[in-house]
Amino acid sequence: MVDATTPLWEVFIRSRNGLAHKHAGSLHAADATLALQAARDLYTRRGEGLSLWVVPSSAITASDPADKGMMFEPTASKIYRHPTFYEVPEEVGHM
Amino acid sequence: MYTQALNANPDADAPQLEDAALLARFEARVADEARIEPNDFMPAAYRRTLTRQISQHAHSEIIGMQPEGNWITRAPSLRRKAALLAKVQDECGHGLYLYAAAETLGTSREELVDQLLSGKAKYSSIFNYPTQTWADIGAIGWLVDGAAIMNQIPLCRCSYGPYARAMIRVCKEESFHQRQGYEIMLTLARGSAEQKEMAQDALNRWWWPSLMMFGPPDAASAHSDTSMCWKIKRFSNDELRQKFVDATVPQAHFLGLTLPDPDLVFDEAAGHWRYGTIDWEEFKQVVAGNGPCNRDRLATRRKAHEDGAWVREAARAFAEKRAAAKTAAAA
Repeated sequence: MVDATTPLWEVFIRSRNGLAHKHAGSLHAADATLALQAARDLYTRRGEGLSLWVVPSSAITASDPADKGMMFEPTASKIYRHPTFYEVPEEVGHM
Repeated sequence: MYTQALNANPDADAPQLEDAALLARFEARVADEARIEPNDFMPAAYRRTLTRQISQHAHSEIIGMQPEGNWITRAPSLRRKAALLAKVQDECGHGLYLYAAAETLGTSREELVDQLLSGKAKYSSIFNYPTQTWADIGAIGWLVDGAAIMNQIPLCRCSYGPYARAMIRVCKEESFHQRQGYEIMLTLARGSAEQKEMAQDALNRWWWPSLMMFGPPDAASAHSDTSMCWKIKRFSNDELRQKFVDATVPQAHFLGLTLPDPDLVFDEAAGHWRYGTIDWEEFKQVVAGNGPCNRDRLATRRKAHEDGAWVREAARAFAEKRAAAKTAAAA
């Protein structure tokens, strides 16, 4: 007999002050408190973090990888957003 | 290693009718060392074989907690007990990372767990052997985790993204496991005559089953071709087994212990340790469910699952009650 399902959560960890939270993985838990405790037990056995976020996976909206070409096309063609596009004479020094 | 019984039914994965263009693109991406992610197109057979392999890998970690958990209360010192406890916790964690990866392929966590509990799914044959002495704990860490590491490092480059990433995480944590085991063997081998004898006895019992972990010889593995093409499997069973033997024999010699293989000889020309014949009948029996501990392992897992049912139900009921109260308050 298969158990009833438990919600899926995504876990994000910030390892040191000043850094961003990074996705570490997922887990199942009945509610937010249990999810936080489970995240600590599962993903920080070696002191990997000082801050944990748990987010219900259903709350995440993701772009479709199949649409990647269309979605990100503008960014590929606007190379003038990169500093290397611009020429500054060497005599000016570092800029 | 986690698909030791997959060769049993080669027809189950007969090629299915799939969009030729999508299939071609999939194969090109894999050949290019690109990672396949959960929402990408993949052949049904790829999805099926990976679901089985990753979940059986997960089941192996969970069941693997039992032979070692057996000695936590009898570890000879606090340091040994803390290390063993940490190792067993790690194995649980590894199982959970792997279930998380497996379920991205579309089968629910609960279904995967049920496959183990019902006896439908397999797990690595090695965990069906008993831990009879403290030295067994040393032998397991040194040999079983050693063999697992041989298998898991190439899996870090497996074509399926979630599995590869889970393996990277696992490999980081795994190296302490092998060192912990070897340290135990070293301490026993340098101890009293009785302790050295206990270490030798454990090696005698765990050596051949560890070699069997790598699965049947290449000549008998009909299934490996697709797994290799799809970059799920990077090295053949025999290749990995040979790597393991070459690495481990010198470690055993350093301990001053003898390997239970009278045919073991160093092939100077090839630079490999040649080993004797493996008893594949024993392997077949253990995989089929007739090993020393198969029934015990499953019974213990089922009991733990049943005993914990009230906790799962209570957690769910509480969460639902809170959610309902929240909705009522907002209304």
